[in-house]
Amino acid sequence: MAELAQPADAAGSGRSSPRASTAPRPVRDGVLLGLAVGVSGLAFGAAAVSAGLTVWQTCTLSLLAYTGASQFALAGTIAAGGSLVAGATGAILLGSRNSLYSLRLSGLLQVRGAARLLAALGVTDESTALALAQPGPAAARTGFFATFTSLYLTWNAATLAGAFGADKIGSPQSFGLDVIGPAAFLALIWPRLASGRTERGVAAGGAAIAIAATPLLPPGAPIILAAFAALAGALASRPATAP
Amino acid sequence: MSGTWIAVLVTAAGCYALKLAGLTVPERVLRNPRLRRFAELVPVALLAALVAVQAGAKGSALVFDPARLAGLAAAVVALILKAPFLVVILAAAGTAAVLRLAGIG
Repeated sequence: MAELAQPADAAGSGRSSPRASTAPRPVRDGVLLGLAVGVSGLAFGAAAVSAGLTVWQTCTLSLLAYTGASQFALAGTIAAGGSLVAGATGAILLGSRNSLYSLRLSGLLQVRGAARLLAALGVTDESTALALAQPGPAAARTGFFATFTSLYLTWNAATLAGAFGADKIGSPQSFGLDVIGPAAFLALIWPRLASGRTERGVAAGGAAIAIAATPLLPPGAPIILAAFAALAGALASRPATAP
Repeated sequence: MSGTWIAVLVTAAGCYALKLAGLTVPERVLRNPRLRRFAELVPVALLAALVAVQAGAKGSALVFDPARLAGLAAAVVALILKAPFLVVILAAAGTAAVLRLAGIG
């Protein structure tokens, strides 16, 4: 399956036989990741209300858009006095990275009908990263839904609390919670980095593109631009020979 | 309905539609080897970009936050030592929290 498309140097390694010690457990680690990252909903709730959104509007975004970068972008544009059309357009454009994730997830999750409509809502950086770090499709599906459930509940509860000013109780930063996101993403792509030179090149390229573009583009856009590293990697890879 | 409500609902609908779009791509499209390889590599590129930006930027400004970088360095050490996922993120958060408690970063 997917392993066939791996370059030759990845044969027998990587996701087909991840090192047991570092492979995240789909349920336990998914729930944990959702709890840890979901707390940043406090910051969104506070930011959105101070931008002038009502508590209901703030919570609607977390319930239905459910994608942090886009939500922050809309609130930020409104706070800066930008037009609502520009705010919504920018937010939706930022959501396009989730299309790329769900494109990758479609074969793994194999969801149809109502399950697909539900799964679509749950496509985020976190659920994608945890699902793709699993050794097989069944664990990937479990990890995806565990992360989705935990993160969705935490993110929405934290949004509501933040909208009511709970962010003033204490800064998540002082507990080091802001480092959990990047540390978790790094841990989750680590097995992929070990699996091949192309993967390492794509990761380094993506990181370099995003850092270089950060001062030039609005937040979130540099991440989407990093997809060009994947495009370059795909074009440079030898096409897989299907059996 | 206020303009803000319309912006909120349009944003929500647009973001949801984009998530759904990738899940509804016909399977035969993904049989194209180059497209499949691209789809496989996209999360690697985007998540690596997220790590870099979350480590070294605040908004559109590049920042140097010693506590955050030390936390990530602790995560790298834990990963090299093949620590479990939970230990990796606890090492990262704990390192950053201790340094901030000490007034660094």
